[in-house]
Amino acid sequence: MAIIGPVQQKNMGPPHSRIDGRAKVTGAAPYASDFAVGRPAYAYFVTSSIARGRITGFDMAAAGQVPGLLDILTYETMRGAVKKPTFFAGGGYAGTTIRPLDGPEIFHDGQIVAVVLADSYESAREAAYKVKVTCQAEQPAATFGSAGATTEDAADAKGHEDPAVGDIAAGLAAASATVDADYATPTQHHNPIELFTTTCAWTGDKLTVYEPSQIVHGLKHGVAEQLGIPPDHVRIVSPFVGGAFGSKASVTPRTALAAIAARCLGRPVKLVLTREQGFSVATYRAETRHHLRLGADADGKFTALSHEAWEVTSRPDSYLVAGTDTTARLYACPNVFTKVHLVHVDRNTPGFMRSPPEVPYLFPLECAIDEVAEKLGLDPIELRRRNDTMKEPIGGLPYTSRSLMECFDQAAESFGWARRSAAPASMRDGDWLIGWGCASTCYPTALAPATARVILWKDGRVKVETAAHDLGTGAYTALAQVAAERLGVPVGQVTIALGDSDLPPSPVAGGSITTASVSSVIAKACDAIRAKLGVNDSALIDPGIRVAGFERLGVALVQEYAEFAPHGAKPEGIDKLYAGLSTLKGGAMLEDRIQYAFGAEFVEVRIHARTREIRVPRVHGAFAAGRIVNPKTAHSQLMGGLIWGVSSALHEATEMDLGTARYINDNFADYLVPVNADIEDVSVILVPERDTQVNPLGIKGLGELGNVGTNAAVANAVYHATGRRIRELPIRLEKLLA
Amino acid sequence: MRPFIFERATSPESAIAAFHADRATSFLAGGTTLLDLMKLDVVRPERVIDINALGANEIEISEDRLRLGASVRMADAEAQEELRRRVPMLTQSLALAASTQLRHMATLAGNVLQRTRCPYFRDVSWSACNKRLPGSGCAAMAGFNRQHAVLGASDACIATYPSDFAQALIALDATVDVVGRRGRRQLPFAKLHVPPGRTPEVETTLAPDELILGFEMPIEPWMSRSLYLKIRDRDSYEFALASAAVALEVDGGAVRQARIALGGVAAVPWRAREAEQALIGRVLDEASCQLAADIAFAKAQPREHNAYKPLLGRQTVARALLQAAAMEA
Ligand SMILES: Cc1cc2nc3c(=O)[nH]c(=O)nc-3n(C[C@H](O)[C@H](O)[C@H](O)COP(=O)(O)OP(=O)(O)OC[C@H]3O[C@@H](n4cnc5c(N)ncnc54)[C@H](O)[C@@H]3O)c2cc1C
Ligand code: SF4
Repeated sequence: MAIIGPVQQKNMGPPHSRIDGRAKVTGAAPYASDFAVGRPAYAYFVTSSIARGRITGFDMAAAGQVPGLLDILTYETMRGAVKKPTFFAGGGYAGTTIRPLDGPEIFHDGQIVAVVLADSYESAREAAYKVKVTCQAEQPAATFGSAGATTEDAADAKGHEDPAVGDIAAGLAAASATVDADYATPTQHHNPIELFTTTCAWTGDKLTVYEPSQIVHGLKHGVAEQLGIPPDHVRIVSPFVGGAFGSKASVTPRTALAAIAARCLGRPVKLVLTREQGFSVATYRAETRHHLRLGADADGKFTALSHEAWEVTSRPDSYLVAGTDTTARLYACPNVFTKVHLVHVDRNTPGFMRSPPEVPYLFPLECAIDEVAEKLGLDPIELRRRNDTMKEPIGGLPYTSRSLMECFDQAAESFGWARRSAAPASMRDGDWLIGWGCASTCYPTALAPATARVILWKDGRVKVETAAHDLGTGAYTALAQVAAERLGVPVGQVTIALGDSDLPPSPVAGGSITTASVSSVIAKACDAIRAKLGVNDSALIDPGIRVAGFERLGVALVQEYAEFAPHGAKPEGIDKLYAGLSTLKGGAMLEDRIQYAFGAEFVEVRIHARTREIRVPRVHGAFAAGRIVNPKTAHSQLMGGLIWGVSSALHEATEMDLGTARYINDNFADYLVPVNADIEDVSVILVPERDTQVNPLGIKGLGELGNVGTNAAVANAVYHATGRRIRELPIRLEKLLA
Repeated sequence: MRPFIFERATSPESAIAAFHADRATSFLAGGTTLLDLMKLDVVRPERVIDINALGANEIEISEDRLRLGASVRMADAEAQEELRRRVPMLTQSLALAASTQLRHMATLAGNVLQRTRCPYFRDVSWSACNKRLPGSGCAAMAGFNRQHAVLGASDACIATYPSDFAQALIALDATVDVVGRRGRRQLPFAKLHVPPGRTPEVETTLAPDELILGFEMPIEPWMSRSLYLKIRDRDSYEFALASAAVALEVDGGAVRQARIALGGVAAVPWRAREAEQALIGRVLDEASCQLAADIAFAKAQPREHNAYKPLLGRQTVARALLQAAAMEA
């Protein structure tokens, strides 16, 4: 396994190991369900086994006999108990507006239909198994093409604006090479290793919720809304999160149920969903369909891009990712048409999953570019070079920085792309067909308002307090590095408190905004401390200067609270943040400019000539994302991203029983992710880049940059190996047989 | 999981004595199948008899015979250097199964008695599964059946038999050593499992109280030309989409004896005897291997999502035969 180690280059901080690493590997780091609460009761959900219909009755006789059973909650006793939530994608908190235990109606497979409460987890589970639910089932619509699915224009449903420019018909007519094809991406579930857990404990009318969260202030307000209590009666504790990928970024119905159960029983309640239940109680990446048309002239300049897409969502909610906001602007092209449709079916409501718009939407575009390149007899890197641009084509806005081609050059060099023979099925190693493919990746550089409190003691200790989140990404470490550098102390002297709604609010750990947004506010607070100590803006601060400053002030500590609002933010951004709402600004959402991080990814596949199994011995990616605070954790994020990307191309797909609209492989034995044996050489190259506009520190997010475009790079490599274009993911061996 | 009575047996006799005919009783070996299914509520024993301490964990290799105790862990059998050399198919079928952790727990008898991975069987919220609830129907028939069987299945059940090791046993003409209330007996491994027919809930010819004590088989010098080829969605920790256990005795370029067993495609451990016959006296080349592969899948009955399996199966058999032919015996 050749891994290029992270080294400090221009505009990068020092590579630093995780400051919480030891606590994590020794088990000392408390995850939400690790918190001890006095004598808890245990909750276990009974979920629906139909996707559409009505509950007609419960038989609790057998369950009632289980020793240790305390209570069973159903809609018959709970109707109205959980208040109507506001939908997160409509400026609210909840991942679904389907209210739990609010009536007999079933909206999707795996909907919560009863909460069994008992003295032990085992009793609760046993009783749950013995609850009999009878239903009147109706024929559900599972996905695209199912009877009963309803389609609407996303522009009508969500006020989405379809980016467009020029005249698409004229552009296509002017093309000397065109691709006109349909593509599909599958349903996927986040499957973080840490399950969805909730522990609720009341003290009087004050509620403490221990729950892994990507947005503790949002969860606080969301739970208050669901319970109809004041938000300041709710505290969320979530210092460590065992993976989230978007699945812990909106409020699920479970939290309110655990809170109500704890109130009813007068004792704390612990809830740990099973892996299976996580598939339907939380959100997922919905499947998408695309019709893409791309034309280029004989010089390889794009003349037309038309990207029409369809996304699945639930009956009541309109969740939309609309990645055309990105694909319309990625390359120079005078004529662009886009359109997005939502297809409502009888499923749980989808939600963000790592790079929500970019993963499914770059797939068709980056595959089509490969096809056009082949038709023109051009190298696919060269085709991208000819359409590289510092101005996005829709509004003509300038990119703040864009190192796409530097990334291609460095990754191509590392991968050995020059040795590729261009013809499909022309590279072989014995019985193995070899294919090399590449694709672009990009991810919007967004930021959100953030707040933080920083305390500096005379002896050089620093404490940073902000309700940001470390999902395993390394946020603790990166943020400590920012404070340490700013205040001139070693990283080891900085303690960071995150993941608690009693701390000053920070935005959602989503959209790759944490490092840029939270570093910015920490730097601001540090600068205020420096100013108090009489250190001017650019000077270095050393222990001597620090102590002198303290002595002059005659204090033992200096504390500063700061608020940061990014470029383009509205004045009410901080108020919204205090209300648990993150207002992301950046990417393609600005009026005066456009800001993205870029990268290039190269994949080698080996496909057995006879049995057609596909293996990926090499993945190389080069990425540029402004200032890199910690090359080590950045490297980990990007490496994990590349593996995700391979997974999204070859392994991951939530299978469905189409007749019943139910998930089939809702467990880790059947939901495939790559294992070590599947992943050999993963090389991550960090390309130095300076961006003076995105924020004062010049940081772009990169957590969601690595896993975009990889699916297309794999598909392009599969084509190169076999001469077959597979336009529907995942690429399983049966698609290459015969 | 539901409450159950737990007992520990220290000898085969005490295990059989602890067996209760009037109660759902299960023997517990490594537990990697049984405990999963209990947690999933698929099997609900009222009594569990731990057989980990009853012995039956010896491996005996002689000049011409091999005996593997029922309680031998997969990892221990796989690690036998001599076996790797003399019957590579056998150790490969173990090494390519499950994960290292599982193989350290899982026993050989447990392995051959593991239950199908059919998702409709393993999730009790599906109401139609003839194997789990006789007479309830088969949800897989019109459902998601990508991993299901194309050989030996029936209209009542198309579940795939999942074990890799069993393919080596059936290919090697192993016998099974069994003891129960009515005494000890030996039966050919090929007679241990029964095709689903109209009673897919009946999977073996063992009486409920019968314990497997071990497996025996002849070893012949030519078996060093054998291998287990497993095709799957990822490179480790995954069941076969198709697999082939093959062994060849070649004499002067022509096949004297061939053994072919198929995993991932059939409802029970599957010996492709007609395909074996077709190879006898032939030189192993592309044509003869393809012919054998075609014969092996001549009676395949694919469904909607496993329509690829006959072709994949044929390619797997052909590839395995050609690879074995190229081995140095
Ligand atoms: C994630 C996962 C992946 C896997 N992948 C593979 C794979 O790729 N290939 C493969 O072949 N297998 C695979 N397996 C299955 C695994 O090999 C079996 O679960 C294991 O071999 C069972 O052995 P055990 O000792 O744990 O059996 P147990 O779970 O203890 O028992 C299984 C059954 O056999 C019965 N039993 C056990 N011993 C005896 C005996 N001596 N006499 C009579 N009855 C007995 C038990 O009562 C029970 O019904 C996988 C399992 C898992 C969980
Ligand atoms: S294939 Fe067999 S095990 Fe699967 S659902 Fe049908 S009857 Fe049950």
